[in-house]
Amino acid sequence: MTERTARLRPWYLLSPALATITFLLVIPTCFILVYSFWLRTATGADQAGFYLSNWKEVLSDPFYRDILFSTLRIAAITTVICALTGYLPAYFIAMSESRHKSLMLLLVMLPFWISYIIRTMSWINILGTTGALNTLLIDLGIIDQPLSLLYNEPAVILGLVNFLLPFMVLNVYVSLEAIDRNLLDASRSLGASELQSFREVTLPLSLPGLAAGGLLCFVLSAGTYITPVILGGPRNAMFANLVFEAIITQLNWPLGSVLSILLLIVLGAIVILYNRLVGIGQFAKTFG
Amino acid sequence: MKGWHLIRLYTILFYLFMFLPIAVVVLLSFNPSEFGTFPMTGVSFRWFVALWNNDAIVRAFRVSILLGAMTAVISTTFGVMASLALVRYDFPGKGLLTTLLIAPILIPEVVLAVALLLFLRWLDMPKSLPLLLFGHVIFTLPFVLLVVQARLVGIRRDYEEAAMSLGAGPIETFFKITFPLLMPAIFAGMLFAFTISFDDITGTMFWKPGGVETVPTQIYAMLRNSISPEINALGTVMIVLTVALPLLGMAIARQMSANRK
Repeated sequence: MTERTARLRPWYLLSPALATITFLLVIPTCFILVYSFWLRTATGADQAGFYLSNWKEVLSDPFYRDILFSTLRIAAITTVICALTGYLPAYFIAMSESRHKSLMLLLVMLPFWISYIIRTMSWINILGTTGALNTLLIDLGIIDQPLSLLYNEPAVILGLVNFLLPFMVLNVYVSLEAIDRNLLDASRSLGASELQSFREVTLPLSLPGLAAGGLLCFVLSAGTYITPVILGGPRNAMFANLVFEAIITQLNWPLGSVLSILLLIVLGAIVILYNRLVGIGQFAKTFG
Repeated sequence: MKGWHLIRLYTILFYLFMFLPIAVVVLLSFNPSEFGTFPMTGVSFRWFVALWNNDAIVRAFRVSILLGAMTAVISTTFGVMASLALVRYDFPGKGLLTTLLIAPILIPEVVLAVALLLFLRWLDMPKSLPLLLFGHVIFTLPFVLLVVQARLVGIRRDYEEAAMSLGAGPIETFFKITFPLLMPAIFAGMLFAFTISFDDITGTMFWKPGGVETVPTQIYAMLRNSISPEINALGTVMIVLTVALPLLGMAIARQMSANRK
């Protein structure tokens, strides 16, 4: 009897969390999958059944396809920029022997605690026609008329990079920090130059962190809703904006369900591919 | 070593880029000018006063703090229980369950938002504060789980086993041994959950009932007109709330434990 209670104990402990995930995530996700096949009738009521018309509409209309591709393109560009610009700071912090190391690390994490919408909107303060940059350039006499720097794709990417860089830096840092320093010493004593030992030892061993950071950057930017609304123009809508439009503005639930499931499938495929190549465990290390 | 200096210089530039938008918000919030832009025409607190007298913002703060606190308590309770099961017990299907529990991190927020909204609307639950709360719990639970699990792994089992061998039951052991040792993790988890909830906008935009605003959605609504200096002041208040207070708390805690020695 007591042995049976002991065996059941982890399940008691898990049950609230499991129930939450099941009822608020698993079942709802299955529900919108089913809903995506329902029919939006002319009266606005949704008829249950198995209709392919929503899917046909979304998959054949170039409007949706174009926005999906441009969303993936923006996510890919953002990820590459984060990887290129975020590797060196992570390397610096990991290899530094300064006593300020933990402060440097804290500073990387600090933006996580600061409102995302505030940080995004502040780019208007910086890049707007009366913003910091234009004011500075006009005062210096470099330009006469303010440049129009906002409400375009580069502004959206800039906002995303600023938001996502800490994720990249932390992930790379974790994998760099875990490298056994003896390996570096060994490679140097065997005659490798500093650059060679970086290329042959450090870089390959840090790839899992780079991949984990890249995955986060890609998934988060591909699903972003608020950045294109604030920093993009009317033609820079991303996929999440379409979903919001369908569900909240048009109240077209079947269409919104199709779009959500499509986004989930595309990003899910990328997560599964990552899990095959790197393993999801790398992910949890960053929080340790 | 010349390369190292270049890397250091580059790292400084990286920090400047990271903190540029934050610094600009704080700077502009003290600008008395009507337009909320450069140049700075002086230093004034008028926008903070305006903020204090803005009912919509004060209301939004109340909603956000209430929501964040409830989210933190629920998420952390569920998260600590689940972490105990995952770290301290062996049972079949553990790997799969762990993946399931951290899944919300990897699912795009919009998809989560749509799924929960449509499902609960279909069950005839109106857009309401409980719906917002459910949503925020789902978002924050995996983060709490990861944070608490990482700390729990570091707590040695010997203490618990010693207590048990001295005759304490599992519940007594938890409250007398594990719980006190786990306090920092619980605190970190709650703070984490609160911050994520306080900052959330995408999900909140889908779930919030008409007329109810959290601080981020209030800022978003204000942005549609133009950047008013009030938004910068609000930004500064939020930065102080979410950064300075936890840092101060940490410093005080450190001071207190130093005094005790």
